[in-house]
Amino acid sequence: MRVSRSSLLWIGLFTVTWMLASYGKSMATAADMKWLIKYPNAWVFPLKDTISDMMRWLVEDAHFGLFTFTEATRALSWLIEQPYNFVRALFSDGFDRRIGRDAVQIVPPLSWIAVLAGVIALGHYAKDWVLAGIVGASFAYLAVFGQWESAMVTLASVMIAVPIGVGGGLMFGILAYRHPLFERLMTPVLDLMQTIPIFAYLVPILFMFGFGPVSALVATVIYAMPPMVRITTMALKAVDPEIKDFGVMTGCTTRQMTWRILVPAAQQSLMVGVNQVIMLSLNMVIIASMIGAGGLGFDVLSALRRLDIGGGFEAGIAIVILAIAIDRLSQAFAERSTMYVPTNSGTSFVARNPRTVIVGVILVIAMGLGQIIPFFQTYPEGQTLTTGAFWSDAVKYLNINYFDQFEAVKIFFLKGFMLPIKRFFLGVPWPWMIAMIVLIGWRFGGWKLALMNGLMAVFIVTTGLWAKAMITVYLCGASVIIASVIGIPFGVLAAVNKRAGRIIGVVIDTLQTLPSFVYLIPVVMLFRIGDFTAMIAIVLYALAPAVRYTEHGVGSVSADLIEAGVVSGCTRMQILTRIRLPLALPDILLGVNQTIMLALSMLVITALVGTRDLGQEVYIALTKADTGRGIVAGLGIAFIAIIADRVIPASARNARIRYGLEGGHD
Amino acid sequence: MRHFIKNTVVTTVASAFLAGAAFAGVESTDPIKLTLHDWSGQLINTKIMGSILEEAGYNVEYVQADYIAQFAGLKTGDLTLAMEIWATTGQEALDEATASGKVVNAGETGLQAIEEWWYPLYMKERCPGLPDWTALKECAEAFSTAETAPNGRYVGGPVTWGGFDDERVEALGLEFDVVHAGTDAALFAELESAYQRQAPVILWVYVPHWAPAKYEGEFVEFPPYSAECYSDPSVGVNPDMAYDCGKPRGPIWKAAWAGMEDKWPGAFSAVQAYTLTNAEMSAMVGDVDLDGQDIDAVVANWMSSNKDRWSGWIAN
Repeated sequence: MRVSRSSLLWIGLFTVTWMLASYGKSMATAADMKWLIKYPNAWVFPLKDTISDMMRWLVEDAHFGLFTFTEATRALSWLIEQPYNFVRALFSDGFDRRIGRDAVQIVPPLSWIAVLAGVIALGHYAKDWVLAGIVGASFAYLAVFGQWESAMVTLASVMIAVPIGVGGGLMFGILAYRHPLFERLMTPVLDLMQTIPIFAYLVPILFMFGFGPVSALVATVIYAMPPMVRITTMALKAVDPEIKDFGVMTGCTTRQMTWRILVPAAQQSLMVGVNQVIMLSLNMVIIASMIGAGGLGFDVLSALRRLDIGGGFEAGIAIVILAIAIDRLSQAFAERSTMYVPTNSGTSFVARNPRTVIVGVILVIAMGLGQIIPFFQTYPEGQTLTTGAFWSDAVKYLNINYFDQFEAVKIFFLKGFMLPIKRFFLGVPWPWMIAMIVLIGWRFGGWKLALMNGLMAVFIVTTGLWAKAMITVYLCGASVIIASVIGIPFGVLAAVNKRAGRIIGVVIDTLQTLPSFVYLIPVVMLFRIGDFTAMIAIVLYALAPAVRYTEHGVGSVSADLIEAGVVSGCTRMQILTRIRLPLALPDILLGVNQTIMLALSMLVITALVGTRDLGQEVYIALTKADTGRGIVAGLGIAFIAIIADRVIPASARNARIRYGLEGGHD
Repeated sequence: MRHFIKNTVVTTVASAFLAGAAFAGVESTDPIKLTLHDWSGQLINTKIMGSILEEAGYNVEYVQADYIAQFAGLKTGDLTLAMEIWATTGQEALDEATASGKVVNAGETGLQAIEEWWYPLYMKERCPGLPDWTALKECAEAFSTAETAPNGRYVGGPVTWGGFDDERVEALGLEFDVVHAGTDAALFAELESAYQRQAPVILWVYVPHWAPAKYEGEFVEFPPYSAECYSDPSVGVNPDMAYDCGKPRGPIWKAAWAGMEDKWPGAFSAVQAYTLTNAEMSAMVGDVDLDGQDIDAVVANWMSSNKDRWSGWIAN
């Protein structure tokens, strides 16, 4: 009886909320209490000015005795710049003697043939000829489609950002593993690093590290490092206690224990973290290019500014190809690190390192010939292919012939789906909404979650961001619903049909690594500026976890249970709806949770088409170089994300308990 | 590998000294850092200036930077020179920066910015009174879409550009809904889409830009801008409201780090002397954005055919 009473209570509360959303405004106006709907400007706490002032003090006045804060950050900046300049010269620019107009190139950049041979050899070394072929074809694509030079610049940034991200992540992760207090301090910091949009802290980074590629690298590292920290701590904790005991028995020091025993034992899990750092770094290339990283991201941006859709698409695909090549390579290395490879000691260097020798020979020959025949140095521009016109024409064809149909679909969704949600969120008086958020926190996570939810919601109100935050919630909410409606069935399909699963996997991978800016502009052409366009962009980007988690959940239902279903005469449909789906529910919920996270991280990009949410606030702050405004709005987005991130797993846990997958007290 | 790195460092250090000797003529061989943004006109402008400075013997470095965020770098000297600060969109930031004393206004580029409501020529048939703005009062519906009908739909620039279009619509009694694009690219995507279908569109266009070269169209003629019209409600066609006139037009400025004049006086005077015309710029932007020519080729072409002009700028 208790269950039904509590669900009755929730239905009642929701009805009250709905009524308030519909009639609250007129009631508040009638009672002369408009502050219930619109938080008065006079009550706004000027936190953003405080932050801006602090930043100014830090950059202009802060002093550590011997040197200023700015000098310290600039020194760090110089330190990062040196290896970056070296790698960039090696792959893209070449080494110059003297500077400026009188520059004489003493060593040209690596010949494209040599790089190609190098990556093929790496592929073969890491796994087999299949991988070598994939990686080789990817790099050949970059050369043939005229993306080589930009791709090498991007590769150079990735090659610097990834080691820093991995190294830093490993350090923080180990610290968190050793000191529980540090771990507890680190957790909220990591949450913020992953949820505050990069645009929000771009301005302070520019102040501290100066203009140029280093700032872009720092921003990339901040964004890409958190998964590495989390995975390191987790992996170290998961090391078999027997291995640890073995270390203790042999009398290891703490240092030996960490580097000789724990880290090698956890290597395979750690490589997952490395892989994440690589993929997130490549996700950053567009934003990094806006502040001086150049490369493929810049090509995408500048192509779309002149509405060269094909050009933007090709550069975008080049990013995808590069990401896939590096991803497959790093995964192969992860697998390889657990295999035992016998070393044939005693033979000559050539016999032991055949690939190194072959690549070395190719390098020397290609670079030598390159001095005489340019083809060996740089892929000739005249030989490049382009499909640019095709993409522009395709969009034009759709636009001219099917615009009315697109328009009809859009109006249908706007009127029947998006606008009601928007009115709901903007209509509910903020004190009531906060009460609801606290109540939900209490229901799923006890008083701690309730308190946290309350504080975060109050922060959003008191900084004057409530209306924009509600538009954010509406836009993300609508997108997440659509993404789930599309993604979950595809996830189920991928789980029950292997071949469909493979195709869906490729599509999802592409959607995630293709910079969203590439498809944002064609979508604007077909659907005009507005919330619907923003929603399409968010759905495309945030679809992936809904598909993947569903696939994983449905696919990993234990075979015994399915057999039990078959034995008791279930049809395939019944097995799906009665056994697979209910048991996969917790996974699906976690997938939805991740979809929300991605949707929120996409907001700043949709601000580029003209939404009026917190993403726009962050974007305005960026273009006005207003540190405080950006950080406050960024925190607003982060808090929405964190509330969702805490409430949904808590409810997923409830679901698991209900289906008896986990012991519980409820 | 280690030897290689070591050698490189040695050569770099050595080359720094050699370079010092080679450029006895210029005040400092430190690179002058010019900012690049993401529109072709600015890239051309900056690369021409950079080429001229290189001809004069200076070292030049190009840095990708955001249009407004770059002022932070100009103040500290991280960046040396920004070649396009539009009076229409960047005046506020420029004034703020020059007031700090760390950035100086290095004069006009000779380019004149125009920003205004703009429509494709085929809309003139559907709204015959254009380009006079009063025609918009009669035929707002010709510019409507399903979402805004019966009001017309005007696509404004990103909110950060300002422009007071919401206020203008109200002050002039135009029945238009103002929709703000988030970026320049989204704005022109709307134009491209509508133009392909010959569909109604009216939007914020600015010159110098490639759009007026690619699409046939005109600016709306609003009552001319005056400072009083923006600040004083009683001025203008609507006696009760401000912003009852067109947008201001103005020069495109060059902005430099205040220390540039002391460090590279010769370069600074060349920067001050440098001017282009709207016609030149439009032609070059068209070459790049519409004909797909390489920016460096267009710049080199300008350099070779205007040798006398730029030699004069670096002579003194």
